[in-house]
Amino acid sequence: MGHTMAEKLLARAAGKEEVFPGELVNAKIDMALGNDITAPVAIKEFNKIGVEKVFDPERIALIPDHFTPNKDIMAAEQVKLMREFARKHGIVHYYEIGRMGVEHALLPELGIVLPGDVVIGADSHTCTYGALGAFATGVGSTDLAATMAMGELWFKVPPTIRIVFEGELPSMVGGKDLILYTIGQLGVDGARYCALEFCGSAISAMGMDGRFTISNMAIEAGAKAGLIAPDEITEAYVKGRARRSYQVIKGDDDAPVMAEYRWQIENMEPQVAAPFSPANVHPVSQLKGTVLDQVVIGSCTNGRIDDLREAAAILKGRRVHSHVRLLVIPATQAIYKQALQEGLLEIFAEAEAAISTPTCGPCLGGHMGILAEGEVALATTNRNFVGRMGHPGSRVYLAGPAVAATSAVTGTISHPAELGEVN
Amino acid sequence: MPKLKGKIWRFGDDIDTDAIIPARYLNTSDPAELAKHCMEDADPSFSSKLSSGDIIVAGKNFGCGSSREHAPLAIKAAGIACVIAESFARIFYRNAINIGLPILESPEASQSLKEGEQAEVDLEKGEIRALPGGESYNAVPFPPFMQELIAMGGLINYVRQKKQESN
Repeated sequence: MGHTMAEKLLARAAGKEEVFPGELVNAKIDMALGNDITAPVAIKEFNKIGVEKVFDPERIALIPDHFTPNKDIMAAEQVKLMREFARKHGIVHYYEIGRMGVEHALLPELGIVLPGDVVIGADSHTCTYGALGAFATGVGSTDLAATMAMGELWFKVPPTIRIVFEGELPSMVGGKDLILYTIGQLGVDGARYCALEFCGSAISAMGMDGRFTISNMAIEAGAKAGLIAPDEITEAYVKGRARRSYQVIKGDDDAPVMAEYRWQIENMEPQVAAPFSPANVHPVSQLKGTVLDQVVIGSCTNGRIDDLREAAAILKGRRVHSHVRLLVIPATQAIYKQALQEGLLEIFAEAEAAISTPTCGPCLGGHMGILAEGEVALATTNRNFVGRMGHPGSRVYLAGPAVAATSAVTGTISHPAELGEVN
Repeated sequence: MPKLKGKIWRFGDDIDTDAIIPARYLNTSDPAELAKHCMEDADPSFSSKLSSGDIIVAGKNFGCGSSREHAPLAIKAAGIACVIAESFARIFYRNAINIGLPILESPEASQSLKEGEQAEVDLEKGEIRALPGGESYNAVPFPPFMQELIAMGGLINYVRQKKQESN
């Protein structure tokens, strides 16, 4: 009997012939990640272990992205601690403003997470790299500290839930809509402790940026990983970026899975998650007319170049509604430069959007666009829990870039078709 | 290991880590500072009304969302003796064990224990009892490896010992 991708990825890293769901394994870690919120705690714990060196300075990435550019003195102190640790230990993948990006957009872009890898990150959206065919999962700071010392970590091999998207994606529907739909169907704990595996003709036809969006939000259904089998699109993305050799690992067709869902998507509408849960998902038309104060386009979920192109195609020649503040945050410096070269930033500026350097900022209510009591935002980010973007009395709706750009223009939650043909 | 005894504070399903410790307070990892804001977005007055040794009882998927270890740190530093839930989100579960915050999974206790009542918890046996003289419930036992981790005082001690053995 065959094995799933999750099982084969963990078996490889654990040096075993095969592993089974429920089994506890020790796996070698190909890349370990921390950010300016989680790494400072990890560094303090690392220092308690009593080792002089990290296991491998090339296999640790430390990215200050959450409260950067430093929002206050305390945030600056956290980054300073990271910087000093990175210099002391010769951490190769340490990037600051001007060179950095939101971690989960940056690491794939730089080719430092690759197909076949086992990656842990002290950030829940580490599951993003599942789109490359890597077993990537979020952990806490203490797990990161142990990994920085040992280069390995224990895992319980998860069972797999397979999600098959069949049919052609309708216009203005993308990766964000598919993953919101999935979370809506499964619920916020529907995939708890499981690996989600996404496949089907709609996934095969989708570019890497859309796939990253899908894998990114697997955690919002409680999943441990959100995997997509590498194919020629993955290979084309990785080619020229990879900093080391890698191994493509796919699941077996006859591998037993815990559950399988098959969804036809030809008639899918853009999806929106209403407060206060990413599983509170509705077709956009059901929420039409909800008045907005702010729209955010960016984050590790939807701050990539395809997302910005989609938003710019709608915003070109239009202006943001007078009652709405639109923030556009390219997820990395390279995406920022690409958007500049393609004229997208000019379109955003002409539309009267504010354009920011890469930061997680507003997504987690950190800085750069905090909401007041009673305010309502629509964001291409990943969570809409109580107080997520600011005051506990504010509200956040989640959607893809097409709905976000359209709604910024109309001032209310809107279907992209409301503006007619895209320019 | 002595038995824990404390007053119960109830929360619902899917309590996320933003509710446990909002990101606006994450520019520090000082446990005392985090404790002041423990559960603030679920119950703004929580940190001011609890007493050391109290017990949180919650529904399913407690600690979902972000991987921030500040969440179990805030709960532990606030003086909460243990968290009992119907189920825990995966990362929170790992984090709590790694930092030594006792957690118990018990759907029956989660459904039956009432806010404001006292409960007694025997962590060694995984036994939860409503006081005075009420029902008792058994928690889902930890797998042997987790028991080893807990007995060693968390992951850092475990790694330290492993490192020493390999030297």
